[in-house]
This record gives sequence, structure tokens and C-alpha cells, in this order.
Amino acid sequence: MLAPALLVLMGLFAGGVVLALLQSTGFFAPIGEHSLTLTHYAAMLQNREFQLSLFLTTGIAAIATALSAATGLALALALRRAAGRWPVLNSLIQVPIAVPHLVMAVLLINVISQSGLLARIAYAAGLLSSPNEFPVLVNDRYSVGIIAAYVLKESPFIAVVTLAMLARIGGEYEELAATLGASRWQRLRHVTFPLVAPAVVSASVIVFAFIFGAFEVPFLLGRSYPSMLGVVAQRRFTSIDLTERPDAIALSVLMSIITAALVWAYLRFARIQIGERPTLF
Amino acid sequence: MGLLKICPHSNWGKAHLILKTRRISAGLAVAATASAAFFPILLLAIWSFAQRWFWPALLPSGYSPRAWLYLASPVSAVNPAMAASLWIAIAVTLISLAVALPAARVLAWYDFPGKRAFFFLLLLPVIAPPLASAMGVHGLFLRLGLTETVTGVILVHLIPAVPYTILMLTGSFTRFHPDWEAQARTLGAGTLSVFRYVTLPAIAPGLAVAAVFAFLISWSQYLFTVLIGGGQVQTLPLILVSFQRGGDEAITAALALVFLAPTLVAFAVTAKFMRNHA
Repeated sequence: MLAPALLVLMGLFAGGVVLALLQSTGFFAPIGEHSLTLTHYAAMLQNREFQLSLFLTTGIAAIATALSAATGLALALALRRAAGRWPVLNSLIQVPIAVPHLVMAVLLINVISQSGLLARIAYAAGLLSSPNEFPVLVNDRYSVGIIAAYVLKESPFIAVVTLAMLARIGGEYEELAATLGASRWQRLRHVTFPLVAPAVVSASVIVFAFIFGAFEVPFLLGRSYPSMLGVVAQRRFTSIDLTERPDAIALSVLMSIITAALVWAYLRFARIQIGERPTLF
Repeated sequence: MGLLKICPHSNWGKAHLILKTRRISAGLAVAATASAAFFPILLLAIWSFAQRWFWPALLPSGYSPRAWLYLASPVSAVNPAMAASLWIAIAVTLISLAVALPAARVLAWYDFPGKRAFFFLLLLPVIAPPLASAMGVHGLFLRLGLTETVTGVILVHLIPAVPYTILMLTGSFTRFHPDWEAQARTLGAGTLSVFRYVTLPAIAPGLAVAAVFAFLISWSQYLFTVLIGGGQVQTLPLILVSFQRGGDEAITAALALVFLAPTLVAFAVTAKFMRNHA
């Protein structure tokens, strides 16, 4: 029964990783490598572009995850009562999750670039007189565009997970705290937050791992140097210089190891039950 | 209603008022969420019909159906790309379902050594699409003549699609008790009719949702298609990126809408089935 699934998982997924390991450790025939070597990994780790890229990728993933978690949590708390009455809200809020990353990037370019919709609204409001006065938010130094794209896509995901958790908990604990005289803030701080924290944290780990391996969004909204790791790996892999290919594969293996460690941490933390429907996309 | 439990009985009128304002604010929340979710679609629609839209105009100064006519014209690269995207996504969906159905049954109903490890293996490609796998199989596909072919692209799309489908279907099977199949069998039903009349109707909502998501995973794939297709297999996302890079905003917006269409259909289907399920 499991055989066809194993064929795909072992053959394509795990097999691919094994082949990647082989090609990145010195068995890459097109450039005449036939012996075990870790030079590609060493070269990658010492490479300035890789170091900058790793720093940038980790920073973007951390900031976007933190902002998504905060926004998602606030969204869930704001929509909590309404979602109980109108279940359609739970579906509506998932629309941004399903929007392809490329479409989100195209939208952001049209809205937040220097001649985009926001800049035009700012002009109409008399806040600026030329597009140059609008801050650079796309392909910019601080990766504002990339972070915005992920916050827009991932905060609804955090909100959905939190809303599901809130529905499961119910309102009794908070009501009990209220009858004991807890203020609104005290209920939030000492009752609601601790109850939803495991859900928010485990969802955040997934979001971080996902942004860490990002490609499409930084490809369209990022700077050309330094780029996020996924973009660097793709650029080196498709370079006409074949000697760059093992470096690219070494980089993608390193990314896989980091992702695997995060997923493992997530499973440990969430103690997720087998068969539970994953709400991520 | 939790609220009424807290409110003292002497305050019935006040409680009623609170309930009423809560209902209005909840309605506002639904309206706000709906417009936030669908405002981008309106924006894309305006862009796709914009003929002239110079800074600092808030709305286009001229409209034209140029972008849509181009998309529909037989000379554009859009039609073949759309056909390729559709064909690849349908193939990926069917293969994923065929592979995932038996696996999900086993995962949901039986315990076996290494089940947790298998589950970990399933989650990996779902959480972050494995660039290493795609790059790893590239060399092998090159030798087998699968690079730059539709078959190669379908195979590489299976890497993220199959695990996702298995996880979703496992969820459906856990809510379905194996005894139901046994009962049908004791009543004399054969394997095929058990599946047709008992199992299939029970897992149908989950199956529909899983199919939709397998389709979407393939449909929105860019990087894996570029890596294995080598630019020779042109799908919709590839065309979208080249028009975006080329700076034609109207055609980019029209393509983005076409690209988004299955997502919205999928959303409607999922919402319907989820509601029926609940």
C-alpha cells in the first residue's frame, strides 16, 4: 500500500537529496570530479556572498516571522467573536494564503513602488510632489518589499491556526478569570496568551522555515546583491560556468539541513498527531 | 452564549444592547476581511484594462482590452503556456491522488515501526520545497533525457505535491472507521463496491480538497519548472515573470488574474466542502 508513495518519496525526494550530496561532495562528472571532497562546502562557507546571503536570509525570515506572528495573533483576537458567528470568515481569511507568491509580488510592485498606488495616493494627499520622494520599498536595501509580501501571506496563516486553537479552548477560562475580577488586559496576558502560545510558536517555526527557503518573492522583490539563499543557489546552478554547479548544490543541501532541523523542532514542540490536517500552503 | 452568563439578570436590556452592537461589529469584521481579500483582484482587473496610466493619476486615463485580446490571440505564447500548465497540473493531481490514497489509508489506520520517521519525511517537502532534491535529480534526468521535457517537470512537481496529498487524505481516513468497510463486506459487498459506495462517499470532501491543493501546488510552481524544464517547458508562471520583467503592466496584470483564477475556484470548492463537513 505504501509502495507507490515510497517510490516517489524515496526515489525523487530522498533520492534527489542523496544525488545532491554526491554531486556536492566531489562526484560531479561534467567537471571531472570523482573523489570525495568537502571543498565545495568549505568554499561556500568562506564565500563572502554566501555569508552576506545567510545573514540577510536569516534576518528577513526572523523579522517577517515575528511581524506575521504579532499581526496574525492580533487579527485572530479581533476576528474571534465574528468568526464564531460567521464561519465564512475562516474561509475568507485564507484567501491570501492561497494567492501564489508570484501574484503577491506583482501586486506589491504595483502598489508600493515609487510610482505605485501608495505613492499616487500620497501625491493626491499633498504629501509629496515627485515619485523620487517616495521611499524605495521594492528591490530595496532593507528588503521591505520581501518582508511585506510575507507578512501579507503568512499573518493570515498564523491567524487561522490561532482561531482554530481559540475555538478549541472555548471561552470558559476567560469567563472564569473575569468572574474572579481579572481586567481585560490581565485575561489576555495571563489566560489567553499562554493558551494559544503553543499554536502560535509552532506555526511560526513553519513560517520561518518556509521563508528561509524562499525563491519567487526575493527573485522579484529583492536586490541583486546580496540575495536570499534560494536565489543565490538558483543563480549559481543555472550559471553557464559549470564549475559553479557543485557549489550551488552544496548550498541547497545546507538549506535542506537547516529546514530539516526546524521541522524536527516543530514536531517536538507541537507534538503533532499523525493524521492531523496541516493547514499550510 | 458566554456573555449572558456574566451579565446579572437585572441588566437584561443592557446585555441585549451589547449583543446587538457585537453583531454589527462582527458584520463589519466580515465586510472588512472580504474587501481586504478581494481588493487585490479589483486592482489587477483595473490594471489589465489600463491603456494610459501616468504618474500621478489615481485611475487610468484610458482603457483598452489590448492585454486580454493579446492573451486570447493565437500568436501569443500564452495559450500554449496555459495548456502546458493545465496538462502538467492535471497529471500531477491524478498521479498524486493515485499514490496518496493507499498510503493515506495505511497511515491513518495502522501502526507500524518507523511511522513517525515516515511522517517526518512527509512533512519536510511540504514545509519547504526541497531545492536540493530538484538539483539532485537534475543530473539523473539529464542522463535519462527527462530535462527540458513535460514528463520531467511533472515528475519534479510530484516531490512537493505527493506528501501534501498524503497528509490531507490521512486526515480524511482518520475520521473514517475501518469497521464501516468491514460491515459492508459482511453484507456481501465486493472490494470495488465497498470503495464505490462506502469509502469514496465518506472521504469525498477530503479527496476534493486534496485534489484541489495538489493541482495548485503544481500550477503555482516556478523554480522547479525552470530548473528541470530549463526554460524549454514554458508554463504560465514563467510567462508571467517574463512579462513582469519586460515591464508590460497590463499584460502582467491580466496574466496574474488568469494565474489566480484556479486559486479562487479552489477556494470556493474548499469553502463549500469544509462547510458541508463541519
